[in-house]
Amino acid sequence: METMTWILALTLATLRLATPLVFASMGGLMSERSGVVNVALEGFMLIGAFAGAIAGQYFASAWMGWGFAILAGLVIGALYALFVIELKADQIITGMAVNLFVMGFIPFVTKILYSSTGSTPALLVEDRFTFEPLLMAGLLVAAISLWMFRTRSGLWVLFAGENPEALTASGVSVRKVRWSAVTLSGAFAAMGGASLSLFLASSYSPMMTGGRGFMALAALIFGKWKPVPAFAACLLFAFADAVQIRLQGVQIGGVEVPVQFVQILPYIVTVIALAGFIGKSRAPKALGHQ
Amino acid sequence: MKRVFGFLLGLTLALLLTLFAGENPWNVFMILVRSAFGSIYDLGLTLSYTTPLIFCGLSVAIGFHAGLFNIGAEGQLTMAVVTTAAIGVLFPQIPFPLAPVIALLAGLVAAGLWGWIAGWLRAVRGSHEVIITIMMNFIAAGLASWFTLKIIPNPESQNPETAMVAPQYMFKDYDLIARLFPDTPANASLGFAIVLAVLMWIFLWKTTWGFELRAVGSNPEAAHRAGISEKKVRILAMTLAGVMAGFVALSEVLGSAGQYRIGFSPDYGFIGIAVALLASNNPLGIIVAAFLMGALHKGASDLDLETTTITRDFSRIIQALVILGVVAQGYWEWIKIKRRKG
Repeated sequence: METMTWILALTLATLRLATPLVFASMGGLMSERSGVVNVALEGFMLIGAFAGAIAGQYFASAWMGWGFAILAGLVIGALYALFVIELKADQIITGMAVNLFVMGFIPFVTKILYSSTGSTPALLVEDRFTFEPLLMAGLLVAAISLWMFRTRSGLWVLFAGENPEALTASGVSVRKVRWSAVTLSGAFAAMGGASLSLFLASSYSPMMTGGRGFMALAALIFGKWKPVPAFAACLLFAFADAVQIRLQGVQIGGVEVPVQFVQILPYIVTVIALAGFIGKSRAPKALGHQ
Repeated sequence: MKRVFGFLLGLTLALLLTLFAGENPWNVFMILVRSAFGSIYDLGLTLSYTTPLIFCGLSVAIGFHAGLFNIGAEGQLTMAVVTTAAIGVLFPQIPFPLAPVIALLAGLVAAGLWGWIAGWLRAVRGSHEVIITIMMNFIAAGLASWFTLKIIPNPESQNPETAMVAPQYMFKDYDLIARLFPDTPANASLGFAIVLAVLMWIFLWKTTWGFELRAVGSNPEAAHRAGISEKKVRILAMTLAGVMAGFVALSEVLGSAGQYRIGFSPDYGFIGIAVALLASNNPLGIIVAAFLMGALHKGASDLDLETTTITRDFSRIIQALVILGVVAQGYWEWIKIKRRKG
């Protein structure tokens, strides 16, 4: 019986921890399928977590927090699109610069708002999400898999990433498709961030993403740039994370495993996933080309 | 020239942001300048940031030359610094000239290995080097923190740091640069960093290996047809990148602190990206770019004290906007097109 509760608890923890990864990874999917590399997911997530926590606390409502996180995500997504699509800046460098900017910008704002550079004030328990983001993450994966491969506008995104010339030839603007995809990518990743600060925790704390933006990207690559396999990869990484939390302080053969060894588990799983099984995974053809 | 303009544009935009915090941008600029160069002491601190930034700039640049993004300098330098400190703590009986050499070599091997793993995974398994190196940063931080807190902690301090290395590991007595800047961590490794930058310039432009490396970076297909093994070059480049970042152990452990302190690096590896970019990956330009970024970093440290609403995190905003200003050179074309249309 005890094993059953243990397995159930681990499964629930895995699903909860997968939520931010799933949103961010769907954000990455939008951008990368349209041909734009996106290593700015980490920054998008941080902005989402931050905006969500502030608005959620201000309006005492998780939904308001969610809404503002989406708004902030759209803005930063559009900003990224401006640089990589219009100004033709190198996508990876710009992505890293966006991450760096966010890491400086958030303490800059908290200092003005709360005269501290640390966390935002905590939300009351009843103002937090209990399960909603988890449900929305599942729905988003289903919606994207149907939309991307079954509808005209979904195919536009796929063609923008595979064969932009053909898309242009059929009279659709690659530029506009990429703008929309990258801006939406910001919104999705920001939802992932907001599910950290409004669902898994109850406030924003510095660097709370802890590399999840990059893990989401790894899940996307591991999942061969397809929604459902990427979702499965997110579950794998979240499982490693859940196991990591469970293992802290656990003794194996009378010796306590050092907490640091346990904490790096999700990162090691990510490296192994990218190294071992990627094999024939093929990136969208026009990915990273200007 | 465009790069200088990009730098100034980024800096100006960042300073204008301070208006939102109710500060006078000109004031903020003056604080940055004064705090970076105001006194011998300030200059010494600026130079002590410059040195690791040269190493990290070289690390990122050598990756770029081979067409690879090394976001892993932070993890590589962490591995080197903790390894070097460990040798100095665990083997106090090694005599002077040998001690620092062995400790540094061990650190460079650890950092080189960290780079090699990323290079090997990229070349042989096709793994995305950006994500791999970032994950390796987290893994390095975890390992270093375990080693520091559990194996060789400092018994005399509550701070998260290793014990001090034995005195003969440090070259303080022979350090002319340290004497010029008393009470600051500036040390002779600055001179070494400059020499290393020159050596790297010679390597890249005057040796066959350097040529092969650049060939793979600029046109992998042509390089392949010319019989150059991309795999070997990529693995070599990432290993060298690790070694370059590993030299931070020289300035940090052997030159100034004498120990590994968790969190000693204000993301040197990350700022190294900005340094390499600002210098178009030219090793000699990296010396200047590292000095600029070092000055910005030191300058921002006094913002905490001298303004009410701006903190040292502001240096990240400046760095980010400077990178964007330099990398988005497309705005020249963009403005031209807009003007033609308008």
